[in-house]
Amino acid sequence: MRQDKNVGKPLDRVDGRLKVTGGAKYFADNHMEDLQHACLVCSTIASGRIKSIDTKAALHAPGVLDVVSHLNTAPAPGYKQPDGKARRQLRIFADDRIYANGQPVAIVVANTMERAVYAASLVKIQYEQEVHHTDMRANDKAAYQTDRMKDYVRGTTDAWKTAPVQLEASYSTPIEVHNPMELAGIIAKWDGPDNLTIWSKTQGVKNSQVALREIFQIPDQNIVVHSPFVGGGFGMALRIWPHEIATIIAAKKVGKPVKLVISRDQMFTMVGHRPAADQKIGIGATQDGQLVGITHEAIASTSTYEDFTEAITSMSRFMYACPNVNTRYKIVPINVCTPIWMRGPGEATGAFALESAIDELSYKLGMDPLALRVKNYAATDPEKNLPFSSNYLREAYEMGAAKIGWNNRPANPRALKEGDWFVGYGVSTGVFGAHRGKASAGAIFKSDGSLVVQSATTDIGPGTATAMVQIAADATGISPNHIQFQLGESTFPDAPEQGGSATVSTVGSAVHDVCQELKTKLLELATTHIPDFKNSTPENSTFENGYLVTAGDAGKMEISLSDILQKSNTPVLQVTTTSKAGDERKKYSMYSFSVHFAKVHVHASTGIVRIKHVVSVADSGTIVNSKTAASQMIGGVVGGIGMALTEEAVLDHRYGRYANNNFGDYHVPVHADTPPTDILFINKKDPVINPMGSKGMGEIALIGFAAAVSNAVYNATGKRVRDLPITPDKLI
Amino acid sequence: MSQDHSEKQSEQKEFHETRRGFLKQSTAMMALALTPPIVLKAAEKDEAIAALFEKVPVSMEINGKKQQLSVEPRTTLLDLLREQLALTGTKKGCDHGQCGACTVHINGMRVNSCLTLAVMQEGKKITTIEGLANGEELHPMQQAFIKHDGFQCGYCTPGQIMSAVACIREGHANSPEEIREFMSGNICRCGAYDNIVSAVLEVKQGGQKV
Repeated sequence: MRQDKNVGKPLDRVDGRLKVTGGAKYFADNHMEDLQHACLVCSTIASGRIKSIDTKAALHAPGVLDVVSHLNTAPAPGYKQPDGKARRQLRIFADDRIYANGQPVAIVVANTMERAVYAASLVKIQYEQEVHHTDMRANDKAAYQTDRMKDYVRGTTDAWKTAPVQLEASYSTPIEVHNPMELAGIIAKWDGPDNLTIWSKTQGVKNSQVALREIFQIPDQNIVVHSPFVGGGFGMALRIWPHEIATIIAAKKVGKPVKLVISRDQMFTMVGHRPAADQKIGIGATQDGQLVGITHEAIASTSTYEDFTEAITSMSRFMYACPNVNTRYKIVPINVCTPIWMRGPGEATGAFALESAIDELSYKLGMDPLALRVKNYAATDPEKNLPFSSNYLREAYEMGAAKIGWNNRPANPRALKEGDWFVGYGVSTGVFGAHRGKASAGAIFKSDGSLVVQSATTDIGPGTATAMVQIAADATGISPNHIQFQLGESTFPDAPEQGGSATVSTVGSAVHDVCQELKTKLLELATTHIPDFKNSTPENSTFENGYLVTAGDAGKMEISLSDILQKSNTPVLQVTTTSKAGDERKKYSMYSFSVHFAKVHVHASTGIVRIKHVVSVADSGTIVNSKTAASQMIGGVVGGIGMALTEEAVLDHRYGRYANNNFGDYHVPVHADTPPTDILFINKKDPVINPMGSKGMGEIALIGFAAAVSNAVYNATGKRVRDLPITPDKLI
Repeated sequence: MSQDHSEKQSEQKEFHETRRGFLKQSTAMMALALTPPIVLKAAEKDEAIAALFEKVPVSMEINGKKQQLSVEPRTTLLDLLREQLALTGTKKGCDHGQCGACTVHINGMRVNSCLTLAVMQEGKKITTIEGLANGEELHPMQQAFIKHDGFQCGYCTPGQIMSAVACIREGHANSPEEIREFMSGNICRCGAYDNIVSAVLEVKQGGQKV
């Protein structure tokens, strides 16, 4: 068997050249004839209804084609159908209701961008204002559960209260906004009444297609979605949002293609966010550190019109070998846009609480927090009662501890100082489900020896095409230089959205399988059309370096794959395969794991926190590309630094309006906030999950990281910050 | 509150009407001086012609090419590049000078093109990411970004690269710490900072002319 040659290598990104030359075309970079520009008008109240919209001045402004609102357009056909649901997506232009400040209520179309923006400022709206609630904590009596979020009990409820050593603590995390660098938006173009083409910021071209099919009641094949480059997503582009529907409706009304790019402040109010959460953990252990019970309760915000749930309490159920665990999770409606999964989603929120609580407990026990984690290591999944498909957490703890110099950590807080700075070390664990969905891939092999593989996935930044080329190269024996992977088109074979750390697992499996299918077909062509190879079989043949090699009676014979096509009069060989998981999930529990170590400095008098060094270890199975995988981990750490130290969307509850809706006031980490970061990989194949043995990585890169920082801050200062972000005011 | 809101709106309207009134007047004056009566009459009805009077001529050199342009005074350099000249490599990330995605060089200095008006560029030399490479041969900074994987989604990358080149030219790339400080105006939400620092440091230490 030939050794894998490409998987694991630090191959440069296949789209790197396009990205460094400005050649990569994101949705807003597309120009076309007669393209019109749009600007949204957004509500300035947080709850109520629209009384009137005066568009006279706007319509009179130069270059304006139309101002579209619920007053002059019929609701999208799919919005007219009664669906019997009390809570559902915001149906833009369907009625006069206002659910949140900054909700889009009208769209202005003009022949230049400047004119659209100016005319939007002339639209005058009268509202009938109603009482709004944007303070989750003040509104927590309204908390409720949906069918998807049942209470969980293993063993005895609240058993931690019977333990010799106990801790109960509350933690809070604010609303965070994804804020990818690329602004959201869309170009919408109708060809006739039933054919729609969009160029859009989306993490799922098929998702968008299905959503548009439902909303506009036109068949899939009439909807084309382009999203070949996506300027970051972090979850915000996992669904269709009202601004897209508004633009599509406007494009139909004006009969011309229309482009909308929303503004940075609108990124806060109409494309989701990480919900705010309040959590309470009760945890108890024996004197020697054996966990007795964990209780984890959480409330988190949603919108007033739609339920949004995520897995905030899930980690507490299986992370540690603890006999008694109970969790409860509720959501609280407030007058903001519906949240959407943000990198690491609910698991990142939950991990901050659980991994902080474990750290707090370790000090009560007088135990090293790393030793406490190892002592309670769950060798099998205590929630599902199944073995893990792979779990190298203990190795990850060891590797990371050695790299960060964990033995330099003082056992007691406030014990180590360098000049004016207290020094501390923290550790935490991250975990996220390793998934594999269903996907299709197409392979097009041409007689010039080039292979194109296609799938309707997207790439929001991890380097999907590069990884897929590596997988295809090893599966076919064709050089990566002769392979192209194409994505981001709804016309390609079906694939799910890029989310939930599942793309390599899901789409990579389809790529692997379609390459196997391609080899089968090539072998068939060879045996049928080329006499020397009539006895070739999968058993006596291999595919290497672009050749079919058969060990025959007369020794080794080889023929280039392009010759097989030429000699069989086949200009192009095309195959498509659908690939999905088997029943492995019934036999195994599958997770990716991460361990984060942080060394911090905290200024003794100003409370400023500087992260000096980070070590993150990933147990995510086979690493397909060691370079891009490390980048993805570093990126998660940077996101985690934001969660830990800087990011908080502040609502002014008087108006229900964000007070810091820009990059000057909502602080995402910049170059100077980020430390040298060492990424270590376990890089051991998961034997079960998929042919590559790769588990996911995007989420675990961030999950748990904030707790590593807060634990390090406690180690440095003796101050436990339970409310993120850890700003200096909380430390002085 | 809704009353406040409508008061504000009517103030706004007054202002806007004044602006339009001013433009009409000045248009009429210019038109009298420059335009045959038949066009003047059409201008009252035809926005497309009226629009011409809202534009100002400006000439600048973009990526080595001299350009005679006609722009609205409110058009930013960023929107001129992206929307009118189809130089879409330069990105809009915030439109407020807070993220650096739109960084270009004006006479060799790094500038946020979203915070500078196109009409201010008379006689200036503009370089965008499209003008950085020497034909097919990438600029050393572009090569270093690929080698060190100084990006993920790629959206902030043109701004990062333009900024990084200027950072070296300014003499602000002498250590990782200094690079981190002087590159802090360019946000990368994917968090490729560590790799960007490696790329900038390598180009600086390579000593090539940037």
